[in-house]
Amino acid sequence: MEHRFIVSSSPHIHQKETVADIMLDVIVALLPATFMGIYYFGLNAALIVLTAIAACVVFEYLYELFMHKSITVKDMSAVVTGLLIGLNMPPTIPLWMVVAGSAFAIIIVKQLYGGLGKNFLNPALAARCFMLAAWAGAMTAFVQPLTGADAVTSATPLAILKGSAEGTLPALSKAFLGITGGSIGETSDAMLILGGLYLIIKRVINWRIPVTYILVFAILTFLFGNNLYDLPQLQFTLLHVFSGGLMLGAFFMATDYTTTPTTLKGQIIFGVGCGILTFVIRRFGGYPEGVSFSILLMNILTPLIDRYTVPKKFGFQKPLK
Amino acid sequence: MAKTFKGGLYIDDNKKRTEKVPIRMIDGSPIHIYPLQQHIGAPLKETVKPGDKVKVGTVIADNTDAFVSVPLHSSVSGTVKAVERRYHPSGIKVTSVVVENDGLYETDENIRPRDPQNLTSKEIISVIRRSGVVGMGGAGFPTHVKLSPPEGKKITHIIVNGAECEPYLTSDHRRMLETPEEIIDGLKIAMKALGLEQGYVGIETNKPDAIESMKKSADENITIVPLKTKYPQGAEKQLIYAITKRQVPSGGLPADVGAVVLNIDTVVQISKAFRTGMPLIERIVTMSGDCIKNPGNLQVRIGMPFSALIDACGGFTGDVKKLIMGGPMMGIAQFSADVPVIKTTSGLIALSDDGNTYDENTPCIRCGKCIEHCPMNLMPLYLNKFVRAGKLDMAEKYNVMDCIECGICSYLCPGLQSPLNSIRMAKQQIAENRRKNKD
Repeated sequence: MEHRFIVSSSPHIHQKETVADIMLDVIVALLPATFMGIYYFGLNAALIVLTAIAACVVFEYLYELFMHKSITVKDMSAVVTGLLIGLNMPPTIPLWMVVAGSAFAIIIVKQLYGGLGKNFLNPALAARCFMLAAWAGAMTAFVQPLTGADAVTSATPLAILKGSAEGTLPALSKAFLGITGGSIGETSDAMLILGGLYLIIKRVINWRIPVTYILVFAILTFLFGNNLYDLPQLQFTLLHVFSGGLMLGAFFMATDYTTTPTTLKGQIIFGVGCGILTFVIRRFGGYPEGVSFSILLMNILTPLIDRYTVPKKFGFQKPLK
Repeated sequence: MAKTFKGGLYIDDNKKRTEKVPIRMIDGSPIHIYPLQQHIGAPLKETVKPGDKVKVGTVIADNTDAFVSVPLHSSVSGTVKAVERRYHPSGIKVTSVVVENDGLYETDENIRPRDPQNLTSKEIISVIRRSGVVGMGGAGFPTHVKLSPPEGKKITHIIVNGAECEPYLTSDHRRMLETPEEIIDGLKIAMKALGLEQGYVGIETNKPDAIESMKKSADENITIVPLKTKYPQGAEKQLIYAITKRQVPSGGLPADVGAVVLNIDTVVQISKAFRTGMPLIERIVTMSGDCIKNPGNLQVRIGMPFSALIDACGGFTGDVKKLIMGGPMMGIAQFSADVPVIKTTSGLIALSDDGNTYDENTPCIRCGKCIEHCPMNLMPLYLNKFVRAGKLDMAEKYNVMDCIECGICSYLCPGLQSPLNSIRMAKQQIAENRRKNKD
């Protein structure tokens, strides 16, 4: 017995990508939109994003430390949650609220349900909605971009479209580039689409959820939207598509692995559901924006969707009656 | 357009090391070990005792009572040293016949060629059985059983499996390049046994030279089918689907959709059984992996210890962590190089990376990649979850028994879970429960 080798069951090779690599890809994909947000809304925006990231990582570390669990901050998932929370904040939010929101996301939504892979709600979105309920004023105080230190408050295009706020609607090109009022990371659609394409090309996500989500929402808005200002229907639709959190939500939140369906058919149902709900909330609801609520509602339906979209196994035969 | 199936995955095939290296025949070893477990089916009983003289092709173990079994032959001439329990490549000890090689390679008197042209289907099948031919791709199912479909099942498609979808392995590839006429000949004999006019050979497109070579040797009755390079294209059910668009029913056999699949080396053995009369006593073994000094494809006599093959390739280089019999996706890890080559040893892969990434502490993040790529359309992440929670009934409901254990789910998992391990556990447990319920 000269040589003794390691024995384990097959397969004996493994692809190299780990959870941390996937999270890193998501972070890379979000960077362009993050930098645009900081460019538009100033250094305060950078401070908010960094605070959210730091808070998420620290809360994850502390929770796991106190609960005697293995420390998982190296998997980068807390960084992604923090980054997404930061990008979902209005540019003038007080930092302590960001810290409180991060604590809610990491401890209550993620860790209490068992940590990464076990939470049923998207932590960043749940935190945003929690904050919206807790500090409605601060969470909807939006400013005009590129106005520096003396930021001028401004209504978001969605609020104007809804008729719940006064203001001038931005040109379509400005909405697409992100030169409008809104959360730090949600306005720059061009950069968000770029990041989304990167994730699709890298096969981190697939097209099903974002494409069906955006498409269903656009079709419903085109057909049944409440066009208050008699804009050309296409312009009205595109303004809706490129305003608010739709791109950020569709590419980066509705594609979160843990809280969305795992079957290909289920992913289409999820995207369609998000599209319908977002349209319904924006059209008939009390809030001008409905992306967060739509995705969270569909998160809740995810286990059910998975159960009813179990793929037909290879070699399936109808039982004889 | 190359044909294929749904699901699966392109895996870096790592075949460069050996695909251009011609098959090299090597001498036998001083001692040959023949474990009596070399096929799926009824167990064998040795027909020799210590001290007996055997020649090349002499039957050393047989079971004439059971249909699903084939005899085992000596691959060298010499003296039986012992009949004792020795380690089998599957890791357990089984009764084995140990023969001391006299180096003369005298042929048994009973070995003589037969012309299949003058034989009936029954006679052909009988010769194939007596020649000890089994599926040499890994499972080792007796070939004559495949060629004797059950009453009422009509075979319409006979397919030779030249997919060779496992990374590293190139033995079938070399066979198709070097002796395509033997493959065609063996296939035609099998077609005659089944009364078929038409035969198929499926080959992955990463072997264009093999497709070319086989096309040159084939006549109008043999169709060469290019297959998409995708693992597990060579899995029986996936191969049948790619070529016939028929799905072998869950729990069923290829014969249920009129198909028979034979491995490349297997049809070559069928040809040899008639043209030279020699039973299955040798095979091609791919020697590869980053720890084999001179990788290649060896033609070796059954029963040689792995160490002799490794020596024939210049020995190991570097720190060998793993020695795998077969491919890296479905092969069996060996703890020692002292076990012998058996009929299903398609390759020996020596790797410096143990490839064991499994980590209990990282979670499933529900990325769904295992579901997207499962060639059987199963949901490995849920199966993993159910089994870990002890919910065997749920695992059964989610079709755990249909898993072909191709390993894609464990290979892909970024959460470093091993769904396949859970699935194997469940399959064993459920099969055991079913047996108990029957009793």
